[in-house]
Amino acid sequence: MLSSIILKPVKAIFGNRPGRGFLIAGTIIVLAVVIMAIFAPFIAPYNPTAISSDTFSPPCWKHIMGTNRLGQDVFSRIVWGSRIILYVVLVATAFSMVLGIPVGLVSGYYGGKLDRVLSTVMDSIYAFPALILAIVIAVVLGPSPMNAAVAIAFVYVPTYFRMIRGQTLSLKGQLFVEAAKAIGARDREIMLKYILPNLIPTILVVFSLSVADAILTEAGLSFLGLSVTPPTPDWGYDLRVGQAFFLDGYWWLVFFPGLMIMLLAMAFALIGEALSERTSTSAR
Amino acid sequence: MPEMLEVRNLKTYFPVRVGILDSLRGKKYFVKAVDGISFSIDRGEIFGLIGESGCGKTTAGRSVLRLVEPTGGEVIFDGVDVLKLGKEELRRIRRRMQIIFQDPYASLSPRMKIGEAIAHPLIIHGIADRREAREIALRMLKRVGLTPEEEYYDRYPNQLSGGQRQRVAIARAMALKPDFVVADEAVSMIDVSMRASILELLEEFRRDYRLSMLFITHDIAVARLIADRTAVMYLGKIVELGKTRRLIDNPIHPYTKALVNAAPSITRRERREKVKLRGEVPNAVNPPKGCRLSNRCPFATDICRTKEPELREVESGHFVACHLA
Ligand SMILES: Nc1ncnc2c1ncn2[C@@H]1O[C@H](COP(=O)(O)OP(=O)(O)OP(=O)(O)O)[C@@H](O)[C@H]1O
Ligand SMILES: [Mg+2]
Repeated sequence: MLSSIILKPVKAIFGNRPGRGFLIAGTIIVLAVVIMAIFAPFIAPYNPTAISSDTFSPPCWKHIMGTNRLGQDVFSRIVWGSRIILYVVLVATAFSMVLGIPVGLVSGYYGGKLDRVLSTVMDSIYAFPALILAIVIAVVLGPSPMNAAVAIAFVYVPTYFRMIRGQTLSLKGQLFVEAAKAIGARDREIMLKYILPNLIPTILVVFSLSVADAILTEAGLSFLGLSVTPPTPDWGYDLRVGQAFFLDGYWWLVFFPGLMIMLLAMAFALIGEALSERTSTSAR
Repeated sequence: MPEMLEVRNLKTYFPVRVGILDSLRGKKYFVKAVDGISFSIDRGEIFGLIGESGCGKTTAGRSVLRLVEPTGGEVIFDGVDVLKLGKEELRRIRRRMQIIFQDPYASLSPRMKIGEAIAHPLIIHGIADRREAREIALRMLKRVGLTPEEEYYDRYPNQLSGGQRQRVAIARAMALKPDFVVADEAVSMIDVSMRASILELLEEFRRDYRLSMLFITHDIAVARLIADRTAVMYLGKIVELGKTRRLIDNPIHPYTKALVNAAPSITRRERREKVKLRGEVPNAVNPPKGCRLSNRCPFATDICRTKEPELREVESGHFVACHLA
């Protein structure tokens, strides 16, 4: 997964035992971005789309992250841009969960022909590189945040499907499922009341890791102009526009959006990593 | 006493994974875990099923309840052949046929409050609505000695000891007021100090509900304590069946004799004939020809090695499958 590229150096610093520190650090960053998104009008000092004559100003007291070629305040754009990325990624992830979890559960529980067909389809989607697949879908659907969300959602359905199906397969063989059958529970009740609650730790882990990944994918899509239309503030889009001026020495146009994307993706990856560590050690 | 359950010629075979070569040749092998057993249990009777590890006791219990699909035979429960029921009919009859598993650490969902675990079967079968089910579950918790019951209701299994979990499993099975229960080594994984009280609990339920029970155990002393009649299993077959006391105090089949010999707590009479078997239990894929004990039995003759003995009534109500009996 893309997010592991980011996680590797972090692990090198923290050591290989992700724990409370990871969870706390990740949660703080995520909360900070969420607060930024919710209170954007109060936090951003300027209108993020307002053009001014003060172009390419380096970071200073007036513009703590500088301004871009149109004289827009980079910090204000970062603050407002958090809304787009969170919106796209969370809508996308909600879609993938709503599809991937029930289908994985049913497929793993019943097995048989349906399971074989579904697994083959999901595996072939999974085999594609996430970003490339998302790009293809987004190109077909046309550029808009909603379409970007749909593209990302589609890409991550197999991730949920595979994890949930695998876990269901192993839970299905557990004695408490046989006990549920013995008390006369229907298949639906066995899946919803006995298997699903035991899948929650897995779901949380997959959620955090796939959100981390989806953030990078979203940034990639908007970097290619497949998400928002200008002048809407967006981290990936700003990164693309900024990189054209990087060699001219206007580093802040790339640095701040890039940093935010990395931080947010890393935060979710840290949470996911810590959770997966916990659930694997607490399992008896 | 009227019969609650009658099992006729029940067989359960499991396919064995074979190598590529054998599977290309179309060869199939089976573990004959249960290979044609017959017995009946009266209303209110505790029927013991004893035998060494791997002889097919658990498989027999699961087959009777169709938690595993038997290969053949009949299981007549209160006049109905359970093996012929459709999915929905089977689900409904489960209200009257329950099971208590050996492993109380694995038989409860780790994410379900124990009170809900007891209440759920009542809701499933439409016996009670949510509120009533909660009331009944609380009463059952109290009944099995988990008090204060209000407090226990909201606990999760990992907050309980093995003995307490087994009490929850018993409460869950008994909340439905079943007519028949399979108790599969219900005390073998529980701390010795708790065993007697749990056996007593089962005995109480038997009395109050006129419950019939298939009581599976490898512990002869436990069977002697609780079972009215007992069957002895060896390699998927019943070798001896009779009144528990008579069977254990005067065993006829060489296998039963050896089993009783090996249980020191039972062997009080010094004059009893000592039987020692040779070797190990053979695997259930290729059982010996003739009598399955013939390769280990010190008394085996030619007929034992060629002809499989039938279960015969040698005294009234005492059945033995041995050519020499
Ligand atoms: N689901 C299964 N698939 C394949 N083989 C099985 C299965 N369940 C049981 N067996 C085999 O059937 C035989 C009987 O097993 P069973 O669990 O019924 O014995 P048991 O008498 O209950 O033993 P124990 O005292 O260890 O509980 C064993 O050889 C076992 O390996
Ligand atoms: Mg067993």
